[in-house]
Amino acid sequence: MLSMNVEFGFLEGLVRGYKSEILKTTDYANLLQCDSLEDVKLHLSSTGYGDFLANEQPPLRTTTIREHMTQKLVDELHFMRVQAVEPLKQFFEYIRYSYMIDNIVLIISGTLHERSVQDLLQQCHPLGMFDSVAMAGLTIAKSISEVYRFVLVDTPLAPYFQDCLSEEDLDELNVEIIRSTLYRAYLEDFNRFCEKIGGSTWDIMQPILEFEADRRAINITINSFGQVLLLFAHCARELTRTNSTELSKDDRARLYPRLGKLYPEGHAALARADSQQQVRTIVDVHMQVSAQWHVCALFC
Amino acid sequence: YQRRVRGAGVGMGLCMSLSVLGASWGIWTVGTSILGAGVKAPRIRAKHIVSVVFCEAVAIYGIIMAILMRQRWERIDDLHPNRSDYLAGYVLFAGGLGAGLCNIFSGVCVGVAGSSAALGDAQNPKLFVRLIVVEIFGSALGLFGIIVGIVAITGVEFGTKVTHHNMMMT
Repeated sequence: MLSMNVEFGFLEGLVRGYKSEILKTTDYANLLQCDSLEDVKLHLSSTGYGDFLANEQPPLRTTTIREHMTQKLVDELHFMRVQAVEPLKQFFEYIRYSYMIDNIVLIISGTLHERSVQDLLQQCHPLGMFDSVAMAGLTIAKSISEVYRFVLVDTPLAPYFQDCLSEEDLDELNVEIIRSTLYRAYLEDFNRFCEKIGGSTWDIMQPILEFEADRRAINITINSFGQVLLLFAHCARELTRTNSTELSKDDRARLYPRLGKLYPEGHAALARADSQQQVRTIVDVHMQVSAQWHVCALFC
Repeated sequence: YQRRVRGAGVGMGLCMSLSVLGASWGIWTVGTSILGAGVKAPRIRAKHIVSVVFCEAVAIYGIIMAILMRQRWERIDDLHPNRSDYLAGYVLFAGGLGAGLCNIFSGVCVGVAGSSAALGDAQNPKLFVRLIVVEIFGSALGLFGIIVGIVAITGVEFGTKVTHHNMMMT
């Protein structure tokens, strides 16, 4: 308390300022009145966004607007990352890892389908970009194991690969399984990090990470039932529609993160489940009432 | 002679240094919050200097007290040491320590309150006046400290003349 502002005082003031700029109900009501993209630009210029579209040529496109808004978010986050000290710096890195995982999976699946590297890099989420040295290695890599050996080993995500996958696995496995494996390692690592920090960080992050882990477990289970479903994605850029991932029950159990309200009894039950109805029963039993409300949204 | 004045000297030093410690602690706490909140709400930049002024006042209390203490031993009579000089030494030490500690906590209090005032004012301008009242009360704590200290100090003096009454007591 007495040293409250030494490390994080400036950032706290900054974050509160950012929070007060988030669009409110009145802003959305104004935006709903708009007739064209020019009106949207006009209304946004009176909010915290300001003149962020000032340099754009007249025929505005939605993709342009979205890119600029994402860029504003990335710039603000970058500013905070640069000002941060440990352990806040590491916390920001953990936030970026999830975007990095999405980008890596995008790159891997793009390499598999012989897409050009420039296209892939355009599509990557800016929050999850690696530095240019790593990116340069992408142009020469031809297969996934080469991508791993040249590019991914130098990134902070390398430990997540080492925990679970070998090079041969990378070439054979379905891309979604790679994503799930990486994400599991990432969630567990993040959980350990927040637990080590303790205090109010742990109090706030623990329910969030638990919910994320439970959501993943339920989604993996449902997707392995052989139904065509939208696999949820973090960034709206990438919507992947996958067929069943054809996971055996043991494989499925290996993909669940080892945390959350469903761990460990719920995971054991989910690994044996065969239908959506069974999953629903298991969830009802193991998760508390308030969490069920979130879960029901998943089933709809 | 030296033994008598030593406690007084330490008291004066403590008073000054602890007051400055409290004031600087408070200013750093307020300063970072004003800078952070001022990025997105520039109107608070000028108004919240008053919080810094309240913290600074704590340091000024300390220096006033220290100067008054120094004046207590200007007229020391070396040739006639006195029992009451020991009392003077102790009182000056205690007054300085007490006022210094009061000023530390007052400075920290004003700093923390001022930091919350800056953050709250950035969101809702109506909060400013209310939070300044909180800071005024915090600043009063330091004032209590030096009032007590000054009252104690003005009761003693080094080098009291040897009178018949004193001679009876020694």
